[in-house]
Amino acid sequence: MKRLACALAFATLLPAAHAVEYTQVQPDKSAINFVYKQMGVTVDGKFRKFSSQLKFDPAKPTAAKASFDVELASVDTGAAEGDEEVAGKAWFNTKAFPTAQFVSTSVKALGGNKVEVAGRLTIKGKTQDVVVPVTFTAQGNTAVFDGAFTIRRADFTIGEGAWAKFDIVANDVQIKFRITASTK
Amino acid sequence: MATQHYTSTAKALHWLMAILIFGLLALGFYMHDLPLSPDKLKLYSWHKWAGVSAFLLLGFRLLWRFTHRPPALPESMPKLMQFAAHAGHLALYALMLAIPLSGWLMSSAKGFQTVWFGVLPIPDLLEKNKEVGDLLQTVHMSLNLLFVAVLVGHIGAALKHHFIDKDDILIRMAPRHSKEK
Repeated sequence: MKRLACALAFATLLPAAHAVEYTQVQPDKSAINFVYKQMGVTVDGKFRKFSSQLKFDPAKPTAAKASFDVELASVDTGAAEGDEEVAGKAWFNTKAFPTAQFVSTSVKALGGNKVEVAGRLTIKGKTQDVVVPVTFTAQGNTAVFDGAFTIRRADFTIGEGAWAKFDIVANDVQIKFRITASTK
Repeated sequence: MATQHYTSTAKALHWLMAILIFGLLALGFYMHDLPLSPDKLKLYSWHKWAGVSAFLLLGFRLLWRFTHRPPALPESMPKLMQFAAHAGHLALYALMLAIPLSGWLMSSAKGFQTVWFGVLPIPDLLEKNKEVGDLLQTVHMSLNLLFVAVLVGHIGAALKHHFIDKDDILIRMAPRHSKEK
């Protein structure tokens, strides 16, 4: 209790020196989309539900941490039959693997407002290392993080059986996101 | 002097589009009920490519139609029948125009851009919007049902002219028939 009071006093006394830390992700101002090619035609979709934990201090970007849990059944492919198909066994198999998870392992500062987040992405029981370039815009108590990276669906056995070939649905899937977070 | 025959270009366009339209109708009615599969997506793409082709052919056909007067209807035809024939042809042209347009707009609204033969992207005229997409799907479907009805009338009329009225209405559209004078 004494320590807390002390910390509080410290925080109030030195507000300028106390770095801002963005931790509260605002789901209504955040989005996770995906872009892929279907017979050479660019098609996009999104995930409606995901939760995330974030700790980001623009002054100390390398100390940042981020983790995401994406509810795969909330996929929106643009067509009801597509949503149903992709939730099914050949694709995400959401019954057995309801969420996709990303956990950051390290963050590299690239200068300016750019960072590179390395982490582990787990989908359908398969884990891959991914590197995600992120651009952030921190303004007052809100920060916006934009980034995109490409995965290969075959690495996660997303799309099995008849879908395993890439002639109709390409292997590369770009994940694009915009995360808005505020300070506490 | 009134022309007695169609130009061979007009005939070629008529029959080429007839084949294309029957293929498109059959494919459209067949594919929309299929369970989702790679083949279904392939068929949808083919349908869209063929639809764009039909639309472009229609453009050329309209141009040809406006610059080349078709032969007149037989004078033996009652005025009311002549009117019905013209109205029927107008309906066919209107549907040949409206159906690919509705399909194109539906694709845009559903977020699946049409790329002709996978090469030439057709611009999306509408933003992705589920409700608009579903509405246009109903429009596309209804127009096609109407099209089938008008086509049945068109073919029925041609057969009636040939077998009952015994005039040259059907024959003058036949590919080999040329009474070029």
